[in-house]
Amino acid sequence: MTVDVLERQGVGSAGALPATRTPPADTAPAVEPVLSIDGLSVGTGNVDIVIDVSLAVAPGETLCLVGESGCGKSLTCLAAMGLLADPVRLKAGSVSLQGRELTGLDEKHLRQIRGRDMAMIFQDPAASLNPVQRVGRQVAEALVVHEGLGMRAAMHRAVELLDRVGIVNATSRAEAYPHQLSGGMCQRVMIAMALACRPRLIIADESTTALDVTTQAQILKLMKTLQQETGTAMIFVTHDLSVVAEIADRVAVMYSGRIVETGLVDDIFDHPGHPYTRGLMDCRLHALSATSERLAAIAGTVPRPAARPSGCAFRTRCPKAAERCETLPLPRGFAAGQTVACHFSGPAQ
Amino acid sequence: MNLRFILTKLFRAFLTLVLAVTFVFVVLRMSGDPVTQMLPDDAPPSVIAQYREMWGLDRPLPEQYVHYVVGILHGDFGFSFRDDRPALDVVLERVPLTLELGLTAFGLTLILGLGAGLLAALNRGTGVDHATMAFTIFGHSMPNFFLGILLILLFAMTWRILPSSGTGTWAHLVLPAVTLGTSYAATVARFTRSSLLEVLHQPFMRTARAKGVPFRRSILGHALPNAGIPIVTVVGLRIGALVGGAVVVEPVFAWPGIGQLLVNAVAARDLAIVQAVVLLIAFTMVVVNFLVDITYGWLDPRIGVVRGEANA
Repeated sequence: MTVDVLERQGVGSAGALPATRTPPADTAPAVEPVLSIDGLSVGTGNVDIVIDVSLAVAPGETLCLVGESGCGKSLTCLAAMGLLADPVRLKAGSVSLQGRELTGLDEKHLRQIRGRDMAMIFQDPAASLNPVQRVGRQVAEALVVHEGLGMRAAMHRAVELLDRVGIVNATSRAEAYPHQLSGGMCQRVMIAMALACRPRLIIADESTTALDVTTQAQILKLMKTLQQETGTAMIFVTHDLSVVAEIADRVAVMYSGRIVETGLVDDIFDHPGHPYTRGLMDCRLHALSATSERLAAIAGTVPRPAARPSGCAFRTRCPKAAERCETLPLPRGFAAGQTVACHFSGPAQ
Repeated sequence: MNLRFILTKLFRAFLTLVLAVTFVFVVLRMSGDPVTQMLPDDAPPSVIAQYREMWGLDRPLPEQYVHYVVGILHGDFGFSFRDDRPALDVVLERVPLTLELGLTAFGLTLILGLGAGLLAALNRGTGVDHATMAFTIFGHSMPNFFLGILLILLFAMTWRILPSSGTGTWAHLVLPAVTLGTSYAATVARFTRSSLLEVLHQPFMRTARAKGVPFRRSILGHALPNAGIPIVTVVGLRIGALVGGAVVVEPVFAWPGIGQLLVNAVAARDLAIVQAVVLLIAFTMVVVNFLVDITYGWLDPRIGVVRGEANA
């Protein structure tokens, strides 16, 4: 019997299904999710980097994927977009967008879906734009490809989009090359590009990490506003909890390739269930108060996927670690709509 | 790209040309007195003096230099004693043939080199890639003249399907053009492959994929324009090798272009012709380099940016 099956049974016997499988009414609307990822595993050779990740995002919802660098957040997103590059590949699981299974689709069909039904915004906006093409054209290209517009009509729409993401003098800025724009401006262009075909899902991978704090706040506000206008579902990857507080409806915390906790943003901040989540919150509080009496960091680093400990991957860094942590903890209900994968997490009071 | 960028490049081209003209003057004066080399050993001093005066060789060097530069500016490149005509006329007569050979080889190079490089990069690690790289090593290592002789042996003497020398039909063009273009094509193929491979891994290529741009469009619209800059560099630089190659290849195939003319003129010590040909080649190189620079500015908007234009 595989770990995956064990886990599902464990979940069933615990009586509380995780929000990621069948979202309870209070966490996500009881409509069909825009994207649902089920049992996703990604890796190279015989090393799994992402293990058995399940997620779902409802229309208009923002799900934040949180965790330290190297815990598999970005790979989960790239796998959802079908953008994994050799030697990393999809090993198991399914990804379905509006009910349509994406795993197993060939590149040609994926290209028809990407940009039209789902779009992605990357971390480094300046490097993510073609340096020798005018930005307006790069935005327009999505419209030419997916909506069959002529270049002139597409450019007209591109200027409107650039205007909508808050670029002043959009007509003349559309003629600029990426090196003539600031990082924040480039990220606005990337957002305009992602919005071009009104996708049902936008995946933003550390989209504000490379920007300074002021610009970051502007971009977050813009994304939130645009999302409310369009009703797009959004997966927002970040390691920054202040960003999470700003933008998330729901949160999924990842550690070493697995989701260790999910829940509504307020619940996660109010009563984090997993020791790792609590550690992250502590780091934040201490960063805010700046009066660190005790060590505010979680000791150690995320283990490399090849050197991951058996059972709970966090046990080597966990203050509560005990013998039973050598067996894998199953995700179970912690509070309404909140699931935690830890042997020590009882239902919250 | 802006006017200042073009003017800077134009000024540099002019400077290079002045240096080339001066260099030719100095080198030819250093290679010995042309009069003693031309006239028989037992020529009487009065005759030698007469010739020296006729060619202005009795004047001081600065005056000779001014005379030489003014002559060039008036289109006077000296007098070919062998043909008994102005050197420029003799050279210009041969230019179309070299141009025909050079451009054919150049076209062949671009099609073969770019095509092979593209194919190798897109099929990295496969048989296509290995075969292409094997071809480029062959092309690089094989000296022009030897490849020419080999091709003549095979196609003209053994199989008798192509003429080995002369001009007139396209069939005459095949062997010299292939000989001249092979090593050039190999270089272009290698550069195309490596710069494409580098570009294919850039984040903006992933953006294009994430945007749903079809494969062919992403290669033509995003990868090639970015890979184009190093390719243009090597194409431009190697045009010099093409001209140099013509000097070697033309005599092998008895192709009556400026390459063959130069070799014959050197053998006959017809200095005016040598000077005219060398200056023509230098001029061509300067013009080509200027065009390459301008092409950069056109391909890469980041080149030629004046401070203050980047509005961050």
